[in-house]
Amino acid sequence: MSVQSARRWGLVAQFPAPLKARFARNKLAVAGLVVVALFFLFCFLGPVLYSTDQVHTDLTQVNLHPSGSHWLGTDAVGHDEVGRLMYGGKVSLLVGLAAGVLATVIGTLWGAVAGYAGGWIDAVMMRVVDAGIAIPALFILLVVSAITTPGVTGLIVILGLVSWLVPSRLVRAETLTLKSRDYVLTLRAIGGSHSRAITRHILPNSVSTIVVAATFQVADAILLVAYVSYLGLGVQPPSTDWGGMLSAGLTAAYSGRWWLIVPPGLAIILVVCAFNAVGDGLRDAFDVKGRG
Amino acid sequence: MDTLLYLTRRIAQALVVILIVTVVVFGLLHALPGGPARGILGQQATPQQITLFNHDQGLDRPLPVQYLYYLRQLLHGDLGTSYTLNEAVSQLIEQRLPKTLVLTVLSAIIGLSLAIPLGMWQAVRRNKPADYVITTLSFVAYSTPVYFLGLVLVLVFTQVLRWFPSQAPQGDTVGQVFADPVALVLPVVTGAASMVAAFSRYMRAATLENLSEDYVRTARAGGSRQRAILFKHVFRNSLTPVIAMLGYYVPVLFGGALVVEQLFNYPGMGLLFWSAAQSSDYPVLLGCVLVISVATVVGSLLADIVQRVVDPRVKGGLV
Repeated sequence: MSVQSARRWGLVAQFPAPLKARFARNKLAVAGLVVVALFFLFCFLGPVLYSTDQVHTDLTQVNLHPSGSHWLGTDAVGHDEVGRLMYGGKVSLLVGLAAGVLATVIGTLWGAVAGYAGGWIDAVMMRVVDAGIAIPALFILLVVSAITTPGVTGLIVILGLVSWLVPSRLVRAETLTLKSRDYVLTLRAIGGSHSRAITRHILPNSVSTIVVAATFQVADAILLVAYVSYLGLGVQPPSTDWGGMLSAGLTAAYSGRWWLIVPPGLAIILVVCAFNAVGDGLRDAFDVKGRG
Repeated sequence: MDTLLYLTRRIAQALVVILIVTVVVFGLLHALPGGPARGILGQQATPQQITLFNHDQGLDRPLPVQYLYYLRQLLHGDLGTSYTLNEAVSQLIEQRLPKTLVLTVLSAIIGLSLAIPLGMWQAVRRNKPADYVITTLSFVAYSTPVYFLGLVLVLVFTQVLRWFPSQAPQGDTVGQVFADPVALVLPVVTGAASMVAAFSRYMRAATLENLSEDYVRTARAGGSRQRAILFKHVFRNSLTPVIAMLGYYVPVLFGGALVVEQLFNYPGMGLLFWSAAQSSDYPVLLGCVLVISVATVVGSLLADIVQRVVDPRVKGGLV
């Protein structure tokens, strides 16, 4: 009897397909992964193949329509728009990725400690999370940007500090179910420390929740940094990101320069969609609860 | 009794959260470069003037004392004075907030009246092409920055088609805002579009959940027509969680208003906040943050209560 027919007759236990296979079955998620990869190639390898001057202004080449020499035209100070997309994309992707990961790390630690400690420590820590959620991130970011002008690193830190709240709730919920498992109780019974219980058992077992949360967090961070830059308080010139490229969008719209608005806008939408699709795929593959 | 206990605990929790928010805002006020004295007296102020000012305002007292003083002022509705507009922050917000509410409420009404039928229709035609198309569209809309949508609308409707003006109504009062309804179209549509995306998703999910409930099967077995079941039972039961979602949606609504007002130069609280960020007008910034945060807390409190009271199956809900 072949393995195939044995399986068909139920003689071999049906294990769920491995993670990779389950992810690969979700076409949208795979497409998302491809889009993310393409954008990274475009922004980081692109400038090598298609070199443009994104630092100096060129006032002889201002507001040109898309043409053979400038595929997407030029902006109001003469930067080639395709090159600008690569240049701004680097910042958008890097800041989004770093801030998303930072937020997830902070949230994971906070949530794991709160859920594991329980009692009043948990109550206090979660009220802090509630208060953080009550102050909308966009507004607090603008207040902070008004106080100091953040560089790229500063922006990452600030974004991370305002957006760790949702992952902390997810990880706390996970920790609550994990901390009463036998292996954690056994570890405690034989004298293992709390920090060992968290770092060796609870966090490794929450890894699926954490990875899924991180993916959505990156999507949100890219969107959030785009908002802040659009409002003129993000990355400062001559550096820029996709949101910053749209901060002059109103002027461009009034003069009908669609090529200064549509490409960066579509880039944001595509990348954020792609990260969300990957997140959805991972969530289904891991079979965890995340954003609905 | 159970419900009463829940209400008491939930309200107490909300108050604690608001108290923490005031600590954060107070902390930010004190982390400011130069402190409030520089802001009010200007760059020319001598150190003596600043010391005198700090003494007069109680700014040389210990921080906890100052915090209590700040809380007392808050309870009297005193949010400080704007650095640049030379007006009480509470007064500024009082003037601007109604206009933001007009914009938001109009967007919400239009957004919901599109999203709810759309979500139901999707649920009924689940996994058919129409459902896929709308689901994909709302997935994309969910990832679209509101300002990009607004920019595209400005480009298409004010420059290419020339149907609408690009500037929102500039009136001082709500009445004056309504006096120019054509100018209100683009801001309201921009605000409504993002709501359609989110709320059609919620409505679709809620309808699907209700369609699989026992009472639907019972009604069907009893011979009720599909249409009657849908509109008499499923619709009402699905609407509650979706309306409750509005409560959780308060911060998103304010965020959307900020962008829409900035984009169309609509003189509401969002634009006030944005200009304050440009001119580092901290009392205005933090006053707005406080108002929005309290609105957010109250919104999610109401949402929890609505869900709890209307649907007794929702237990727990705490934390």
